[in-house]
Amino acid sequence: MNPHRRSPLILAATTLVYFFLYAPIVILVLYSFNASRANIKFEGFIPSFSERVVMDGSTVKSSPCGPFHWFCELSKNDDVIEAAGNTLTIAFTATIIATIIGTMAAIAMQRYDFKLKPFSQISLYIPIVIPEIVMGIGILTLFSQFFGWVNATFGLTGDARLSLGIATVTVSHIAFMVPFVTLVVQARLQGFDKSFEEAAMDLGANEWTTFRRVTFPMILPGVLSGALLAFTLSLDDFVITFFTNGPGSTTLPIYVYGLLRRIITPQVNALSTVWILIVFMAVLLLQWLQSREEKPVRAK
Amino acid sequence: MASEFAVELRDVVKRFITPEGNEIAAVDHVTMQIKNGEFFSMLGSSGCGKTTSLRMIAGFEWPSEGEVYIEGRAMGHTPPYQRKVNTVFQNYALFQHMTVYQNVAFGLEMEGASPDEIKKRVARALEMVQLTGMERRRPRQLSGGQQQRVAVARALVKTPDVLLLDEPLGALDLKLRKEMQLELKALQQQLGITFIYVTHDQEEALTMSDRIAVMSNGQVRQMGTPVEIYERPTNKFVADFIGESNFLEGRIKSISAKEASVFIPALNTEVKGMPMSQGLVNGEEVVVSIRPEKVRIAEKAARGEGLFKGRVLTSVYIGSDTHVYLDVRGVRIKVMEQNRISRLDPSSFYVKDQEVTILLMPENTLVLKKD
Repeated sequence: MNPHRRSPLILAATTLVYFFLYAPIVILVLYSFNASRANIKFEGFIPSFSERVVMDGSTVKSSPCGPFHWFCELSKNDDVIEAAGNTLTIAFTATIIATIIGTMAAIAMQRYDFKLKPFSQISLYIPIVIPEIVMGIGILTLFSQFFGWVNATFGLTGDARLSLGIATVTVSHIAFMVPFVTLVVQARLQGFDKSFEEAAMDLGANEWTTFRRVTFPMILPGVLSGALLAFTLSLDDFVITFFTNGPGSTTLPIYVYGLLRRIITPQVNALSTVWILIVFMAVLLLQWLQSREEKPVRAK
Repeated sequence: MASEFAVELRDVVKRFITPEGNEIAAVDHVTMQIKNGEFFSMLGSSGCGKTTSLRMIAGFEWPSEGEVYIEGRAMGHTPPYQRKVNTVFQNYALFQHMTVYQNVAFGLEMEGASPDEIKKRVARALEMVQLTGMERRRPRQLSGGQQQRVAVARALVKTPDVLLLDEPLGALDLKLRKEMQLELKALQQQLGITFIYVTHDQEEALTMSDRIAVMSNGQVRQMGTPVEIYERPTNKFVADFIGESNFLEGRIKSISAKEASVFIPALNTEVKGMPMSQGLVNGEEVVVSIRPEKVRIAEKAARGEGLFKGRVLTSVYIGSDTHVYLDVRGVRIKVMEQNRISRLDPSSFYVKDQEVTILLMPENTLVLKKD
C-alpha cells in the first residue's frame, strides 16, 4: 500500500488554506477592473475604449484606457504618485543603511567574543517579537521628546524646527529592519568556515582585501535575501509609519488607509494590484536568489 | 637563503582558554628545527598540538611563549600575508565563487604580478598538478582528488620557501591517498621546497617524510628519520604509537654503553645483549619492546638461546600476513608472520592450543624507560 495516498481530508484542508490565502487577492485584483464606481459589487469589465470617459450613473461604460480605466485614473492622482515616491525613497534608503548595519552586526557577532554578546543576540529578537504598535508609540515618544528639547534649546522656529517627516520614518524603518537583516545574514554565516578567510590571507590578501574578495562574495546571497526581506517589510509597513510620519511623508499604506475612511473606489484596488505585482516580483527574486545559493553544481 | 633552517620553533607554548574557563596548553614547550628542502612531518593523534604548531608557522595563531622563525627571521606577530609560507588546508578551502583559474591566480594577483605573468605561472602550476583544461571549472564540479590538486597548485604557484600541509589527504579514499602520497613526495623532491606535513596517519608519515616529529599532549616525544622512529623509539609512547609492540616488564641486571641485560620475571629468564635507549641505569625497572614481525615461530625441534615455548591462543589471517597471538609462560605475545606461501592448505594454519616455539633475537628487542 502506498503510505502517501491522498486523504480527502488533506485535500479539503489544502483547498481551504489556498482559498483563504488567495481568494481575497484574486477578488481584489478583479475589482480593480470593475466597471462600477461603487466597490460593492462586480459589474463586469469596462467593455470599450473611447475618447472620453462615458458614465451611466455610477457605472463606467467606456474609457480612454478601456478595462484599465482605474489604473489611468490612479496615474493622474498626484497624491498617489507622491505617496509611492515617498514609499520607495524610504524603502530604498532604509534598506541600504539597514543592510550595511545588519551585515556588519552579523559578522561581528560571528567573529568576535565579547561580554555583551548574549545580550546583543537577545536584543535582536526584541524588535521582532515586540508588538509593532508598542514600538511605534515608543519611537514617536522618543522623537517628540528629543525634537521638543532640541527645538526649545536651540530656539528653532518655523521651517527650521525639527519635525516628523521622511527622515523619521526612514530612521524607524531602519530600526526594525536591522534585526531581520542580521538574522538572515547570521544564518548564512553559520556554515561559513573561517579557513576560507585564512586561505585568502595565506595567499597574501590583507584583512580588507580578504573581506572584499572572499568573505563578502560568499555571503552575498544571504545579504541580498536579508535586504529584499527588509525592503518588502518597509514597503508595506503601516503601524510604525503611522506614528512616525508627518506632513509630506505619507506612504502608500497610510494613503490607502486615508482613502478607505472616505470612499472606496476601484482606484484603491488598482493601486493594490500594482503593489502586489511589485512585492510578488521581489519575492520571486528572493526565491530565485535562495535557490541559486543552495543548488549544488553538478559535475559533468 | 639566510638560514640553515627553513623553519624553527624555539620553546613555543600556545595556551587556549576552554569554554569552561580552564587554561590548556595545546602546544607545550615545543622546539623543532626544520631544514631547508626537508620533508618534515608532525605525527600524532588529534589534540596532540600538531595542527596548532602548523597554524603558528602559517601565522593564523601567535605563540603564547617562545618564537617561530622562518628563514632565520623571528615572526612575532607578522600576519599570514607577510610570511613566505603557503598552506594546503585540510578541507582545501577553495573559493567556491571562483573558477579553478581564479583560485590559482588569486595569490599572484595579491603579489601584483602582471596579467601575462599570472597567465603563464597559473598554466605552469596547473600543468604541474595535471589539471590543464580544468581552468574554467568551479571547485564543486571537481572530484575530491582534483580539488586537492587545485589546493596544492594554488599554494605552490606562489613559490613559497615552505609549504605547509594540514592533513591534505584526509578526505580521500585509501587508494587515491596512496597515489597522492607518492605524487606529493615526487613534487617535493622535484621542487626542492621544504614541506611541513601534518598527519595522524603513521604509514603516511613513514612513507613520505625525511624526518618525523611524533607528538602527544602538545609535546614532541621523538624526532628523527622514519627508520630511527620505528627501529629505535626513545620511549614507550613512541614504540606503542608507531607500529605495534609487545611490552615485557623487567629489571636491568647489567649494563654497557649501548646494551643491557634484563631479567624478565614473566619469562623467568635474563636476556643478554639487548639494545637500549639512552639514560637508563643499572638496576632500573624497564620495559622491553618486541615488534611482532621480529619474532619468529621456530621449528619444533629447535634448541638453544632465545627459544621459548608457547601455546597458540588465536590466529588471524589478514591476506598478506597472519597474526598469531601466543601465550608464552602466561604472557600474551603477538607474532606477525608474512604469508610467503599459500595458506590454502588448512594444515599450514596455526590452530588454538597448538604448541609452538618462538625465537626471540636480543638484537631485535629494545629496552626502554618505563613511563
